[in-house]
Amino acid sequence: MSRIEHNMSLTGDAPKAINAQQKIATFLGISGLFILLLASFNINFPNKSLWLSISLISIFAGIVWFARASYSDKHPGIKNDGVWFKSMTSRGYLAWLAGIALTGFYVILYFYPEYIGLRAEGANTGLIALFDPLSKLLSGNPASQWFVYGTLYTIAILAFGVKFLWKYRHNRYEKIRTFSVMFFQTAFAFLIPEFMARLNGKGFSLPYYDLKNIWPLNYYNFEQYRVDDFISSGTIGIALLLFGIASIFIITPILTYKYGKRWYCSWVCGCGGLAETAGDPYRHLSDKSQFAWKVERWVVHSVLVFVVLMTTAVIYSYLGEDASKYWLTRDVFLIGVGVFLSLLFAGIWYFKREELEKDARYGAIGYLVITLSLIGFHYMSGSNLFLFNAETLRASYGFLIGAIFSGVIGTGFYPIFGNRVWCRFGCPMAAILGMQQRLFSKFRITTNGGQCISCGNCSTYCEMGIDVRAYAQKGQNIVRSSCVGCGICSAVCPRGVLKLENGSQKNRIDSEDAILGDNVDLLDLINQKSK
Amino acid sequence: MEHIVIIGNGISGITAARHIRKCSDHRITVISGESDYFFSRTALMYVYMGHMKWDHLKPYEDWFWEKNRIELKKAWVEKINFEKKELIFSLGEPLKYDKLVIATGSVYNKFGWEGQDLKGVQGLVTKQDLIELEENTAHTKKAVIVGGGLIGVEMAEMLRTRKIEVTFLVREQAFWNNILPLPEAKMISKHIRSHGVDLRHNVEPDKILSDENGRVKAVTTKDGEEIECQLVGLCAGVKPNIDFLKDSNLETDRGILVNEYLETNIPDVYSIGDCAQQRTAVGLRNPVEAVWYTGRIMGETLAQTLTGTRTAYQPGNWFNSAKFFDIEYQTYGWVWPVPKAKEQHFHWQHESGLKAITISYNSESREFLGINTFGIRMRQEIFDLWLNENRKIDHVLANLKLANFDPEFYDRHEKEIFKSFKNNLQEA
Repeated sequence: MSRIEHNMSLTGDAPKAINAQQKIATFLGISGLFILLLASFNINFPNKSLWLSISLISIFAGIVWFARASYSDKHPGIKNDGVWFKSMTSRGYLAWLAGIALTGFYVILYFYPEYIGLRAEGANTGLIALFDPLSKLLSGNPASQWFVYGTLYTIAILAFGVKFLWKYRHNRYEKIRTFSVMFFQTAFAFLIPEFMARLNGKGFSLPYYDLKNIWPLNYYNFEQYRVDDFISSGTIGIALLLFGIASIFIITPILTYKYGKRWYCSWVCGCGGLAETAGDPYRHLSDKSQFAWKVERWVVHSVLVFVVLMTTAVIYSYLGEDASKYWLTRDVFLIGVGVFLSLLFAGIWYFKREELEKDARYGAIGYLVITLSLIGFHYMSGSNLFLFNAETLRASYGFLIGAIFSGVIGTGFYPIFGNRVWCRFGCPMAAILGMQQRLFSKFRITTNGGQCISCGNCSTYCEMGIDVRAYAQKGQNIVRSSCVGCGICSAVCPRGVLKLENGSQKNRIDSEDAILGDNVDLLDLINQKSK
Repeated sequence: MEHIVIIGNGISGITAARHIRKCSDHRITVISGESDYFFSRTALMYVYMGHMKWDHLKPYEDWFWEKNRIELKKAWVEKINFEKKELIFSLGEPLKYDKLVIATGSVYNKFGWEGQDLKGVQGLVTKQDLIELEENTAHTKKAVIVGGGLIGVEMAEMLRTRKIEVTFLVREQAFWNNILPLPEAKMISKHIRSHGVDLRHNVEPDKILSDENGRVKAVTTKDGEEIECQLVGLCAGVKPNIDFLKDSNLETDRGILVNEYLETNIPDVYSIGDCAQQRTAVGLRNPVEAVWYTGRIMGETLAQTLTGTRTAYQPGNWFNSAKFFDIEYQTYGWVWPVPKAKEQHFHWQHESGLKAITISYNSESREFLGINTFGIRMRQEIFDLWLNENRKIDHVLANLKLANFDPEFYDRHEKEIFKSFKNNLQEA
């Protein structure tokens, strides 16, 4: 990132400053934010419902209006003119300002909610109090910092979703996908859980549950308080608990087999939803180096191991010892986890070993051995499972991964590192889906013979930092665990080279360095000789 | 171990170097005065438009070359001493070679217009041209582009992103009509105009006029009109970059003459890419091909020859692609602008004026000869197969949906196209 730019042509003038409508729209949106800022400083607004509405509508309308002013008079088509000239989208001054503001917001949200008015006792004040009317309308309860966050998050996805729809109005794949993330955020992440909270009463208290937020992304889904809540809420609760388990073990593998991980990462997921809408202007900032790819593989899979260990320890900690009370005892559970991981490992090793790179083999063996020996160690010595007590593991995961990685870095640094830092380097759900996508899926990005001119638009605009061109110019299909199937590489390709497809697994991964347009003898020769 | 020296680090030279390395341990040196590292020339426009930065144009990271033992030398070759097998540079010591590959690419055409060397008059082929364009357009309000080809329309798009008024002078009666059949050429002309370009057909430049500082101030046309401008884009095609080979024993015509093995008349000297000219054209192809993928194939082919398997250049079925502002274009097989003998065209255009296809076929045998497609992506693999199998147009139209390569959920037009073909037949 800190390389010196040896570039000449970037002295170019950016396309002229924003137009009059964009200025008014910016003013409108910032006014809306300003109301929130005033509320944060404990300005007590007399009519909260009114002021909250004014604020939220201004923000939404400001963004939508700005988008309309940016794109409506332009032809449908790719809209990347000046992306690298604009301060906001090329790590300039505005980008840093935005990054610092966002990061600051996350720090307050996660660690100092009292500064925006969260009160342990008595009524909320400040910003959170401003949101009380809306929260009461939906769930009947006063707002929390998470309600404030959820509301703003949803507005961001909706408003920037509209912007994205305008920007890519020539591309129906992008449009449908964006409608999908807008829907899942509004309905599943925002409204349904609030309505569910309305059902809660005596002897019936469902935990806040965004049904599409699947473990391990939703790392707290199987914590004791939630499981207790589920179980105590009768059939509905049990059904939800089972749904949570089925999501990761049954539903996800089937959908990923058929469509690749995109069905989740760029169609359903909330993190993905924000990245694809509000984060879209920053997609080109992802690091495409091979080094970054290496880091990505180690870090994301380490987070996955961490979340598996943490969850195992947490569940273990609240299970009983006595098999006569309930069949699922600590021993049954722990042995079950060990057997499951070993079988999973053996399966991949047996069927797909050739497809694993060297570091993947080392990593897989290493992590399995460590996990199993920790379990063994626990039985031998009676020490804490995985050396630390479950609460310490849980708290560290929540702090390091849940808050710092996914929030502060993942979203706060959008304008600096790109919009998918969390999804690429941190999300354990993405790691699981990625493994499935790489090894057991019909999805691939097909390359169109020899049409690639190596221009690099695909690689530049890949938010996951995949060097798409490296495959396309060799005529190879792109089958990568990290690909979220956003479809932008295909959209920006000026020569019609890339197509996202679900097809037969035969010939899905073509490792030959061969391109159509070459004659057959030459191809044979190249492949023979380079073996 | 031989020392193979490649002049030119474009797609041909670099592909040759990579493949020589794959198959051998020869010492490889690639020489370029243009840039430190291989970059994708086709994407220069995107740097100017702010879609990408210079680094994005490089298909390989900088460490790649050392790792693969491909030595890079930044220098301009001034002369070649073929007897002593030695390269002489504008600066520094000469360099010996055992085998020499000349892959120096193209330069833009100048047709001897008065004023063609003024400041503010330029084409766009090299990195230096891009730097010059950046300087030239810092204060440009109006530009004239001369010559209606692919670089011309790219330059028009580039300049429009800087809000520069563009007058685009094209000799043909519609854009690229020397390559595209008239209905398509007209459609593209209309699209170019819709992007605010003042596209003028049947107009040729006469003189380029200078202001008092030796900078362009206007262009006059052969009809006597004077068009004010601060930039003139020379986009009337490219020619092989072989001026430095004048007065040598190397046989040249428009380009460096090579046989099907890419060998020149001098032993151990080869030429590939834009600067090479086939002594006998391959099929219906132009003997000089300034196309990205042919450069690549020549590089792959020559690498085989240089590593012990003498291989002829055989580029397979013709194909190509381009993009005109928002309209993507692909072609497979041959569609001539004016049908040749026994060649018939079936043309279909979408009501939006953004999508069209033309299928060319033999009017007697109905054999499928080629397709131009605009705004609809098609699969090369399928057309390659159909061309090799000598399929009839009826088969192509009946199975057209197999060839579709558009993103998922896009509108499909196969039925409409099929129906239009049947109706056309009835009318004919």
